[in-house]
Amino acid sequence: MNAKTEDFPRNLIEFRDVSFHINDILERLVISKVSLIVPQGETLVLLGRSGSGKTTLLRLINGMLLPSEGQVLVQGHATTAWDPIRLRRGIGYVIQEAGLFPHFTVSENVALVPTLEKWDRGRTAARVAELLTLVGLDPTEFADRRPRELSGGQRQRVGVARALAADPPILLMDEPFGALDPVTRAELQREFSALARRLHKTIVFVTHDLREALLLASRIALLEAGRVVATASPQEFLRLEHPEVRAFAASLEAVPGATP
Amino acid sequence: MSPDQSNWSFFAEHRAEILSATLDHMTLVVIAMVIAILIGVPLGMFIVQRPTLRAIALAVASIFQTVPSLALFGFLIPIPFIGGIGKRTAIVALVIYALLPILRNTYVGLTGIDPAVLEAAEAMGMTNTQILFRVRLPLALAVILAGIRTATIITIGVATIAAAIGAGGLGTFIFRGVALVSDSLILAGAIPAALLALLADFLLGLVERKLKVT
Repeated sequence: MNAKTEDFPRNLIEFRDVSFHINDILERLVISKVSLIVPQGETLVLLGRSGSGKTTLLRLINGMLLPSEGQVLVQGHATTAWDPIRLRRGIGYVIQEAGLFPHFTVSENVALVPTLEKWDRGRTAARVAELLTLVGLDPTEFADRRPRELSGGQRQRVGVARALAADPPILLMDEPFGALDPVTRAELQREFSALARRLHKTIVFVTHDLREALLLASRIALLEAGRVVATASPQEFLRLEHPEVRAFAASLEAVPGATP
Repeated sequence: MSPDQSNWSFFAEHRAEILSATLDHMTLVVIAMVIAILIGVPLGMFIVQRPTLRAIALAVASIFQTVPSLALFGFLIPIPFIGGIGKRTAIVALVIYALLPILRNTYVGLTGIDPAVLEAAEAMGMTNTQILFRVRLPLALAVILAGIRTATIITIGVATIAAAIGAGGLGTFIFRGVALVSDSLILAGAIPAALLALLADFLLGLVERKLKVT
């Protein structure tokens, strides 16, 4: 990967030789010499087993973690140089279980960043209605509900709407559909894949589910023990010879009744 | 005459005294609780991000809680400014007792929040102050109130001992009753104190349930 320095409007996110280790555990490298470029409009899926460093990579992008070595650039500026609050307001974030605020209504949750950014009421309300519709929730029915009055799938839709509220160019998603039942998960994956194509956001999506990666990715980066061991388009990915790719491919085929 | 009837007639004859002692008692408790809340809640918020201070504050509050209340009142008497005989000393002692449950529940409430919610708050670009006041505090309110409820009930009980240092309240009847070996006198202090505690428990329980967010 030849990282050219000054083409940053195209490369929204760039990892340059990034290592990360946890300070109090001596020499425990969580991320080791990762270099990655995420161009505008790409959906990069970080695929890997639990503990392979996927979430850490994600948190390095929005400055919730800072690299021990190397640099993470977002829109051309190192995360260490960004004001962390400004950086994060421009990056949508969706996590497993959604992390909705239980004391806020659905519309207050979606309006979070616009409220923090002090949008006027009318604009915020219009935006909330637009987003709820976008994620398939009828605003008249759902706007005033509390998160506890929603199903898991509905909560996750609200989580996506909240992340998109201030129209950030970047969306980070950490196993957003991981806690849903398989039917709802498939439903949300399909809808989200269509939505992502329409919105032209730059998306970094973490998952340990190869099927999900193949469905959503424009490119897959496979992580193993804190290193990126393979990157490929979904079409090429299954043809790679790397043993970790083979291990994941085997997990696809390990369905009882499916042909071995 | 059965002992019951003698008690009831005693209460009837002394109802004005009992009422004024009850009001005295409530005044002591309310003043002490207001001060304890004004110290305990902000202190609890302050120690959330400061582990060393947290350990010290919680240890000191716990140690005070272990000192027998009568002894604590005794210790306070010779101390200048806050000590002496009377209500002021009593209030200081009551505040010291009420502090631990309030402080601890504030801390526990503020830290016992779903990590996913805090992660989302941080990732959406909320500042630490915004997270404290818009997320942690509203979600911790029910737990903080549970601490205030516990503290209020403790304070209503401990305040009966404040009579030993001349602070008045329902303890006056109890101490007099013990000295004179009179059940009626003891009950004239103990029953209103118990009723106050039950009432406070019930009312604060209602508020607590209202504030609970799931």
